[in-house]
Amino acid sequence: MASGIKDKVAIIGMGCSRFGERWDTDTDGLINEAFSEAIQDAGIERSQIGAAWLGSALDQVNIGNSAIPLATSLRFTGIPVTRVENMCATGTEALRGAAYAVASGAVDIAIAVGVEKLKDTGFGGLPVPTKGTLNDLWMPYSSAPAGFAQLASGYRKKYGVSKEDLKQAIGRVSWKSHQNGARNPKAHLQKAIDLETIVGAPIIADPLGVFDCCGVSDGAACAIITTPEIARSLGKHDLVTIKALQLSASNGWESSTGGWDGSYVKNTRLAAKAAYKEAGITDPSSQLSMTEVHDCFSITELVTMEDLGLSEDGQAWRDVLEGKFDVDGEVPCQVDGGLKCFGHPVGASGLRMVYENYLQLQGRAGERQLKNMSMGLSHNLGGVPYNSIAAISIIGMLEDYL
Amino acid sequence: MSNTSTFGIKAFGAFIPRLRLDRAAIAKAHSWAFPSMRGKGEKAICSWDEDAITLGVEAARDCLGNHQDQIRKVTFSSTTAPFADFQNSGIIAAAMNLDQRTGCVDAGGSTRAGLNSLINDLENASEQDQLVIASDRRRAKPASSAEMRYGSGAAAMLVGQGDLIASFLGGEHLAIPFMDHYRMSGQPYDYYGEERWIRDEGVVKLVPATIKALLERSGIEAEAVAYFGLSGAPKGSDKIVAKKLGIDFANLLPDFQENVGDTGTAHPLLQLAAAFERATPGDIIVVAAFGSGCDVAVFRKESSNRKPERGLAGTLKDRIPETSYLKMLSFDGELNIDWGPRAEVDTKASFPQQYRAADQILSFTGGKCDSCSAVQFPSTTNCVECGTPDTQKPFQLANDNAKVATYSADWLQYYPAPPLYVGLVQFNAGARVLMEIVDVGEQELDVGTPLRMVFRIKANDNLRNYRRYFWKATPAKA
Repeated sequence: MASGIKDKVAIIGMGCSRFGERWDTDTDGLINEAFSEAIQDAGIERSQIGAAWLGSALDQVNIGNSAIPLATSLRFTGIPVTRVENMCATGTEALRGAAYAVASGAVDIAIAVGVEKLKDTGFGGLPVPTKGTLNDLWMPYSSAPAGFAQLASGYRKKYGVSKEDLKQAIGRVSWKSHQNGARNPKAHLQKAIDLETIVGAPIIADPLGVFDCCGVSDGAACAIITTPEIARSLGKHDLVTIKALQLSASNGWESSTGGWDGSYVKNTRLAAKAAYKEAGITDPSSQLSMTEVHDCFSITELVTMEDLGLSEDGQAWRDVLEGKFDVDGEVPCQVDGGLKCFGHPVGASGLRMVYENYLQLQGRAGERQLKNMSMGLSHNLGGVPYNSIAAISIIGMLEDYL
Repeated sequence: MSNTSTFGIKAFGAFIPRLRLDRAAIAKAHSWAFPSMRGKGEKAICSWDEDAITLGVEAARDCLGNHQDQIRKVTFSSTTAPFADFQNSGIIAAAMNLDQRTGCVDAGGSTRAGLNSLINDLENASEQDQLVIASDRRRAKPASSAEMRYGSGAAAMLVGQGDLIASFLGGEHLAIPFMDHYRMSGQPYDYYGEERWIRDEGVVKLVPATIKALLERSGIEAEAVAYFGLSGAPKGSDKIVAKKLGIDFANLLPDFQENVGDTGTAHPLLQLAAAFERATPGDIIVVAAFGSGCDVAVFRKESSNRKPERGLAGTLKDRIPETSYLKMLSFDGELNIDWGPRAEVDTKASFPQQYRAADQILSFTGGKCDSCSAVQFPSTTNCVECGTPDTQKPFQLANDNAKVATYSADWLQYYPAPPLYVGLVQFNAGARVLMEIVDVGEQELDVGTPLRMVFRIKANDNLRNYRRYFWKATPAKA
């Protein structure tokens, strides 16, 4: 009988590059920037790493395929290196592979690296991913904002929220993230923006405006992990362990049947349910100290609060406006600025979220440090609401002492 | 007296593209160079995703509706067929979900090709029905008189026996190399001779004589002609010819210049459709097409009650007013707009995949599961609801009504007619598909807006000079 991942994997080192328009460097540089921090944090030698996972989603402008680019960048010799891609859930996916290797006893110490170099495209946008030869024949070529903006129409209709109220609520989501990002020296955007500017900005995909959409960034993040036993043998204590790692992918139900009403993300709900069970969480609002969720678009973060059970269905818009998820609210969200401000180098984001939770648990979050941090959740969402992959991680302290 | 023919028109259909450009906008745009240019009324223009094939499919759908007509042959007549070598009529037959053994013929070479093909099918009628589609998506050089005059449109006529809307009494041809205008293959614009010469030497000297010969052969007096239409000739030619023949001006069919424009190959059949919508049983109808010669056909209105889905009257009313001349130029390919780096997308499509998926894509056919009844698109191995493999039977969605389940207006992605309205379309039959929503106009889209399906260009591959088709949703009229 499977017993889950809880407390089987300890994170002994993490690193994160500065995210942003990193004209100054390329993928190799970004990987090494994150890695140097992580290896120093872990206090081990590179040769002690037994296996590696590379998460990078868009290889059109990036590093090409396979995991060889990671082995080359970090000069690994003869160890297994795996390339993973699950759209925007790639970062968590890399961690998942590394975690299972360690938990299974196949490897002592493993590393998960997420990286994306998007600013070499020559414009402020993502390369268009392929949809497959059959899908190319019928699927509309629409943008990511248009995919997520559809959540707004479904949510509005289901809960009878006016266009104006919803616009204010999603604007407030971005306002809050900008307030937080301003206190993060590694973030892409470090400027607070007033709500009026956010709500009045030009429309990208109705009703999402410029400030409802995360920009395009370069960056890398990584995690070095091992078992709690090995971590203690290395002299570590106050261990941060993985409490849950869950993933759920669409099978066509939302986009090809009449079952989905457009107001939530099914896979987030399924992954969250499984993750809470794995971590032993029964009341997320009180047991989670903070969340880092996939705010590629403000509307996504809003419905994610309901999908994670932190807001009642149909109430997230009110909770947002009342400040429930502000840094001084009941369940702070995007304490490091989120995708919106920290940035969204696709393959790195999942690991960046874990990075903030990890720093907070260790009391190393500086100006952003929360008072009572015991459990942090990260939520990564690849694809679009009606065709998605949701990946959730929960990390916390290992209760050593009985 | 007139001969009774057992062959004739069993059904007809028409389609005028919804976008109607105010001609005054054209004149205004050119006024810096041509200050005396005037533009009255509207011309029907095609959106970026319409061409002679898509117009033809819509006219055929209007004609055939839900009747399960057994069609032996489809003829697609056009001077603006998208493919010079790949059967245009074959694409239409696939879109209409016709039997694979349907004969497909592409006809062109003159704006008379539509009437010509119709007469041909009527004179060589077979036991089974034949469908003639005449369609043109016209293009003209900026500031030319053709630019002001031309419009786009399509008409479809089902030829056969039995319960007829109109019986065929006879046809007449005049093949003569009178060069009123021409266009060489692969060239964008028509080149015209002088209008006065066309009218005086061409229309006046050639058309009345041809019509007269037909009327005499058919034993019909000019006075007995209830409806008369002439297309392809300079404005006012129909009056000149009517006068010469002794046909009352009151019996002239609309020339559609004011509200549509000259639709080329479609025009004579659109005039015929107009006649069918006005005439009563017994009425004699004469339509003539001029252009490097002349074709004429005469019909008698019969008593079949079969109606098109919307007809010419319906499609004429379905207007989206446009005032942007630049928009028309862009859709016509006359403007080299910088759409930005997001337009640098390779839209190559796989040949084998297009072939494997031809039914699904061209006729918008998904699957209905035998096991759980779920209707779905696309249809792949495992049913989307119950997961059972290989249980789906083909289920066509093209004629199903639907509504908006979710939507957004995308201003970011490259799209030739921004914004790209996109959303999940919920079909009454149960399927749900992410689709482009087109021709939205001033309509308010929201969750629940009723939609119907139209056949359109899905993508242009400018690198390889190819285009492919799929279906899109459009707001259904209330």
